[in-house]
Amino acid sequence: MLDQLFQFLVTGITVGSIYALVGLGFALIYNASDVVNFAQGEFVMLGAMTAIALLAAGLPLPLAAIVATTIVVIVGLLLERFAIEPALGASVVATIIITIGAAIFLRGIAMLLWGKDFRSLPPFSGDTPIRIGSATLLPQSLWVLGVTVALVVLVRLFFDRTLVGKALLACSFNRAAAKLVGINVRVMLRLAYGLSAGFGALAGILVAPITFSSYEAGVMLGLKGFSAAIVGGIGNPMGAVTGGLLLGVLESLGAGFISSGYKDAIAFLFVLMVLFFEPTGLFGHKTAERV
Amino acid sequence: MRLAGFYVFAVAIILLPILFQDNYFVTVVGISAGLHVILAVGLNLLMGYAGQISLGHAAFFGMGAYASGILTTRYAWPAPLAMFAGLTVVGLIAWLLARPILRLHGHYLAMATLGFGIVVHVIMVQATHWTGGPDGLSGIPTLDLFGWPVDSDLRWYAVVAAAMLLAIWLSLNLIDSRIGRALRAVHGSEFAAQMLGIDTGRTKTQVFVVSALFAAFAGSLFAHQQGFVSPDSFSLMVSVELVTMVVLGGMASTFGAACGAIALTLLHAGLVVFEDYEMLIHGALLMAVMIFMPQGLFVGLDQAVRRLLRRSGN
Repeated sequence: MLDQLFQFLVTGITVGSIYALVGLGFALIYNASDVVNFAQGEFVMLGAMTAIALLAAGLPLPLAAIVATTIVVIVGLLLERFAIEPALGASVVATIIITIGAAIFLRGIAMLLWGKDFRSLPPFSGDTPIRIGSATLLPQSLWVLGVTVALVVLVRLFFDRTLVGKALLACSFNRAAAKLVGINVRVMLRLAYGLSAGFGALAGILVAPITFSSYEAGVMLGLKGFSAAIVGGIGNPMGAVTGGLLLGVLESLGAGFISSGYKDAIAFLFVLMVLFFEPTGLFGHKTAERV
Repeated sequence: MRLAGFYVFAVAIILLPILFQDNYFVTVVGISAGLHVILAVGLNLLMGYAGQISLGHAAFFGMGAYASGILTTRYAWPAPLAMFAGLTVVGLIAWLLARPILRLHGHYLAMATLGFGIVVHVIMVQATHWTGGPDGLSGIPTLDLFGWPVDSDLRWYAVVAAAMLLAIWLSLNLIDSRIGRALRAVHGSEFAAQMLGIDTGRTKTQVFVVSALFAAFAGSLFAHQQGFVSPDSFSLMVSVELVTMVVLGGMASTFGAACGAIALTLLHAGLVVFEDYEMLIHGALLMAVMIFMPQGLFVGLDQAVRRLLRRSGN
């Protein structure tokens, strides 16, 4: 029983880290533009699928990962330039629909490029499980955890210690005020989309050896990342990370002890419960409506 | 005069099968378009008029369909009774959900409705004992209206057309009623509406329940017409498509939603040939409409025509 619990926790934290990375992307974009980017999951999918294709084309894995991430960052910037900027200041419903449209569009491109087959990456450092007591850990899980921790620390430092990070935060608090103190809001917006796309792509490449990837793989990952960001209180990067880990662990425990078929239902029921009792997430700002 | 548009539309719907007899696009695609119109008009009440987004509307559609399917096949209930039971259950669930869900705003509301839709979909797939699981539920009997079996495409066209016209008529009247005015006030500013003495919580709950009932009604008709239901027909993608219909036609316009539903259904039927490009076109369309014509195609065209008329009048 205890061994099982430990095993489920390890799995949950691995999956949760991926949700956390995707959620972090949501938070970054939301902070800069008040937009929830429903195409975030497609960044994850594009990262994984591009890396797989490049590897198959003969590139070594590290290079394939770097090139794939770069390509997805460019996709993110194009999305910002051609779909978000023209609709700046539109209603919440409008931006939700635009990004859903973008997600479907990107999925369509992926399907044309790579068909409907499932593909996967080889694990970065072999697939000999590491034994810890009676539980086992795949080396790939360590990669996922390590990169996530590193990125979270970097994001934290970026927002706390660098001028650019502080400028980005300023945009999220009040865009007009940020503009008045000389911050180029447009550049910040592009930065946020680029970073967010990059995070998504990295998450996709990291998880590709564990789960199979296909043109549709981004849908659930994106939704879970969105859930992570919402549970944590949208626009709070560390909240998104905590939300992602919580969601991953809960899902894994639910799959292990209750039913694996219902794991998605358990995850989303948890999100619903959080929202019913804390309508702005666990660590969200309490806001008042301005008339 | 207020319902002039409605009468014109009704006459067109009645004339279609007479002008184009045995036409695939009228009877077969028409039935599907009619069901979509009911769904879109119902969703528009919530989205267009009350300004509350729902990314889980396929759940109510599915619950209506499964209620009819399960009760008629597993318990041999007569179809009308099953339909009524389904509507009651869906109405009750929507009423229970409305308060906590509609307390949320913007993205939080989008998340909650989306989550609800996924939970319901997972149950449809997993509760095999009741729903037949991923394989679905087959052998659902067709409707029998007082000894008149609805057993041909043309008869189904008539039933769905009647149901659709009823839905549009209800929606048009609801919007012009006290509730409709309260709804539009809520859309403008919930806070200001409260100041004017509108019980915004109650108004939103009412419209949420009505919207869910429209969807469940369409679902029940869908189950009897197809004779088969499976979870695929009620996935997240379907919820997104319903939102697309409302947005495509134009939010806060009953005929806008109806036109959006018909346009998207025809588009899908026409794009079957280009199956691989369907997603690409669907996505591009959503983005383009929202960026360049945020008020929707129908409403946008309507305004353009009015502007032209005014100019030629001068």
